[in-house]
Amino acid sequence: MRNVFAVARKDLVVEWRARLLLVRVLPFALLVLVLFAVALDSEALLERAAAGLVWLAAMFAALLVVQRCYDIETADGALDMLLTSVVEPSRVFFGKLLAVVGQLLVLVVVLVGGAVVLYGVRVDAAGLVLLVTTVVTAVIGLASVGTLYGAVVAQLTGRDSLLPLLAMPVLAPLLIGASRATEAAFGSRTIDLATGWAWTALLAVFAVVFTAAGAASFATLTEPDA
Amino acid sequence: MSDTTPTPHGAALLGAGTARRSLGTATPATRIIGLLTLATMTWVVVSAFFITSPDVVQGDSVRIMYAHVPAAWVAYLAFVTTAIASGISVVRRHRTLGFDRVAGASAEVGVLFMGLALVTGSLWGRLTWGTFWQWDPRLTTTLFLFITYVGYLAVRRIDASPERRAKRSAVLALLAVLEIPLVHFSVVLWRSLHQEASVLNPDGDVRLDGLMLFTLFSGVVAFTLGFVWLVIHRQRLQALVDLQGTVGLDSAIAARATEAVLR
Repeated sequence: MRNVFAVARKDLVVEWRARLLLVRVLPFALLVLVLFAVALDSEALLERAAAGLVWLAAMFAALLVVQRCYDIETADGALDMLLTSVVEPSRVFFGKLLAVVGQLLVLVVVLVGGAVVLYGVRVDAAGLVLLVTTVVTAVIGLASVGTLYGAVVAQLTGRDSLLPLLAMPVLAPLLIGASRATEAAFGSRTIDLATGWAWTALLAVFAVVFTAAGAASFATLTEPDA
Repeated sequence: MSDTTPTPHGAALLGAGTARRSLGTATPATRIIGLLTLATMTWVVVSAFFITSPDVVQGDSVRIMYAHVPAAWVAYLAFVTTAIASGISVVRRHRTLGFDRVAGASAEVGVLFMGLALVTGSLWGRLTWGTFWQWDPRLTTTLFLFITYVGYLAVRRIDASPERRAKRSAVLALLAVLEIPLVHFSVVLWRSLHQEASVLNPDGDVRLDGLMLFTLFSGVVAFTLGFVWLVIHRQRLQALVDLQGTVGLDSAIAARATEAVLR
């Protein structure tokens, strides 16, 4: 457990010193929200689509975060060093996952705030509980898929364009579930709260499945080639 | 892939001693499979277009089914093959790359046939439902499966050592096995929530008579044989390519060294 926190802390410290999340990823995510508004050009449509747009923007921006979390390991064979330092590979995975979860939570909170300001969505007290649950479970799922597929393409040439192609289809259930649950939390007339809660169950299953898969396959993905 | 001419690279790689032996990817077994494929495929084409009668409701568009159903069947068969071969490759810790090549070859053929199934399906949909695409769970899952394996092929094409390629792509193929049920389940839930009146009429069922069923069955057999034939050739070709990558450099250096001595 200590190793997990050490790896997470290391990633977050590197991130904090570079402040890439703050100066690049968050502005990019908000820009996507603005561009959606420009493209759809209808306030009624925006309010109706807000939940889906928030999660789509979160997915795009999350890929940047994940990309970054492996790029910092590429230089000077840092990942190999990390793996030789008696740390069990799955703990490195959990550490990286934790750091990505932390960053994505910030990202999604900012995006939901953006939706409130830009798209005019409103959240009441009952909706807020659902919203927080949805954000936490969906972010864990998003981060686990990202950390796992980031490891699949780590150190390969052309990984920047590979990651979206590989991760996006896998994230489809998450996009569907998180969008519907958030839609319910935003007080949409199409989905009631109970159905929204049902979707969080799917999100939880998704998060558990891909966290387990990541922990199981991380050793294979990172071991040096014979 | 040629049956008669030796592969020039293969011959050069293995030295003069084996140069006279054919290094193509064919063996007597694959020739027999190839001939059987041709024979059954010819029967299917003739029967599908000329012998079977048009459907009472759908008319001639029902003939698309004879290509669509076998193509979809082969696509799923290919992805199951890829998953199993990848699983075996992981269990054997990629000591030999045979299973990895089978996985890759099968995925390539699978993507081809799934593309065929999607295209023939949407053409049929246009004629029967009046629309090319319908967001029905089965179609949506198939589309995501198709994109997933396109990504898998993209990873296989990356310039990395065969061992690294084998490891990464085997993990990807096994993850796809996890992904597909989740995608399918979520899409089923998604669609059941907003069921709209659509042009899709599930009563589009075709009444198949004996000859139509036999033609459809022959199609499945013909496509499956074609799949086996393609996968065997493709994985042997990949073996030669891998060989060229490893042995090729050594022999090229050796050849240059001899030239230098002669000069």
